[in-house]
Amino acid sequence: MMQMSSQTAGSRWRDPAMWMAAPAVIFMLTVFVYPFIHGLILSFQPLEGGMLSNYIKFFNTENLWMTIGVTLKLALPATLINILIAVPVAYRLRHKTPYQKIATTILVIPITLGTVLIAEGMLTYFGPKGWFAHILQLLHVYEGAIRLTHNYAGVLISLVISGFPFAFLLILSYITGIDPVLPRAAATLGATPFNQFRYVILPLILPGLAMAFCLSFVQAFSVFPSAVLLGSPAGATRVISIAAYEAAFENYDYSMASAVAMIMGAVQLGVVVIVLGLRNLFYRGPVSGGKG
Amino acid sequence: MTHASTTTPMATSQSTSKPASSPKRRTPWASRAWSGLVVGLMTFFLINVALMIASVATNSMATRWLGTWLPSGWTLSWYGAAWQEFQLGDVLLVTLEVVLSVVVLSILIGVPAAYTLARREFRGKKLLTGLFLLPLMIPPITYGIPLATLMYELHLAGTLPGVIIANLLPALPFVILVMTPFIEQIDPNLESAAKVFGARTFAMFRHVLMPLLAPGILAASLLVLVRTIAMFELTFMTAGSDTQTLVVALYYSVFAAGVRASQSIDAMAMVYMVVTLIWLLIAMRFVSPTQLVSRVKEQPQH
Repeated sequence: MMQMSSQTAGSRWRDPAMWMAAPAVIFMLTVFVYPFIHGLILSFQPLEGGMLSNYIKFFNTENLWMTIGVTLKLALPATLINILIAVPVAYRLRHKTPYQKIATTILVIPITLGTVLIAEGMLTYFGPKGWFAHILQLLHVYEGAIRLTHNYAGVLISLVISGFPFAFLLILSYITGIDPVLPRAAATLGATPFNQFRYVILPLILPGLAMAFCLSFVQAFSVFPSAVLLGSPAGATRVISIAAYEAAFENYDYSMASAVAMIMGAVQLGVVVIVLGLRNLFYRGPVSGGKG
Repeated sequence: MTHASTTTPMATSQSTSKPASSPKRRTPWASRAWSGLVVGLMTFFLINVALMIASVATNSMATRWLGTWLPSGWTLSWYGAAWQEFQLGDVLLVTLEVVLSVVVLSILIGVPAAYTLARREFRGKKLLTGLFLLPLMIPPITYGIPLATLMYELHLAGTLPGVIIANLLPALPFVILVMTPFIEQIDPNLESAAKVFGARTFAMFRHVLMPLLAPGILAASLLVLVRTIAMFELTFMTAGSDTQTLVVALYYSVFAAGVRASQSIDAMAMVYMVVTLIWLLIAMRFVSPTQLVSRVKEQPQH
């Protein structure tokens, strides 16, 4: 560190290690930043009307602005459910045992399903004549008609199935990253397992939880295939990505589509900023409890 | 501040006020109920997922299955039908080309960038890290639509390079995110030692860093591979009719469900699942899932 800061600017340009990031930076600038700015400018050049007319149209058309609320109403509960279930499960599986490896692998398998297979599977399994309905009737738990597909519940369930493994993996890696000496020290001082979790583990993984929340939320927020295949794309699960897709590839109004995409990004970033802001209220420090 | 030592955290006060064994006597009931609840919940979740997969598998092998426990007859002909109907051979070839290119390119571009971020301090480093993190923090559709729009203008959309570039966009930041902490934990003295012995940067990379980085690179590439196979939105927006990957072809087949037999769609879904599952299981053999974000510290050092 000391040696780095004492270097002069001139020698830095001759440092090959500094150039190694160049291809990645160039790629990001051309494929991410430039199209993004292009899209932003395009969204202010509507097919008709003034500069802001795309945005005005979005917030004045009911089946457009409604999509923000619909998406948040799906994505926030789905993310919260995933995180809240993943924490105790990951906490239970924090010790390295053969059992941990097997259980983790099984829990991660739903990642391989992909949203489309989950949608197709749910249509068959949770459908009115699927096994789920059969089993419930066999057990006399619930006799009425089962409506878990083509509505809000269907999309929410599919978001939990597809999002849980990812949230679980992230949180598991945060929890196992904590030095096991710390909870053990608390245990020798008489802390119960619950108190070890509450006062030692939880404060340490809170920053990680915020990160996991953001990354899981992105996935849930961009829900598209399951909202179309499993939900009611015209009504209760008309999410914002459907609106963006319709504008771009059904109406060929790329300007409007860019505007919807920008609004989508802004809402998403708003949530991320709130969550990361909350994170900063909590303890931030080294997870491993010092180097070594 | 003098009070700080007297107002001790609860853990300490508990151990002083009660005998050390008291928490141990208190725990079993509550903690057993709690872990029973956690295990039960997960079992319920997994059973339902397993039955869901099983119903797709059953349907893909059914002659006719309408609302009964089991289909009226069994056949494997839907797999052949799906292969023909959806040109699965072509689709799998395109998927392979896209996924392999994305894996190789994201490693080639991402690992050196991760090295810079891990080893050098410079002005604007936070900005650069932010730039690399941003694509993971905003939904693919947000940057996918502007990117697809531009690609249509440049006539790149629908071509194989177009699909590869679009898929590289989330893959590259992912590799950088995974590899930067991995490189950070390698002792920089090894590199200094190589330099002392006269190794040029390239030789140092080739003979010192590469062998150490190999497990991390393997892990990152397998994770990118699994993610790219599953990447729907970006491929969906940039692919043409002959550059569809498996997941997009699958979506179209379900979307146009009225036209096709549900059994052949389910057969295709099973092919998709098996393809991804094989790679995931390979990945899990080499990567401990706990290594995804941070280095694991399995054993206390003392």
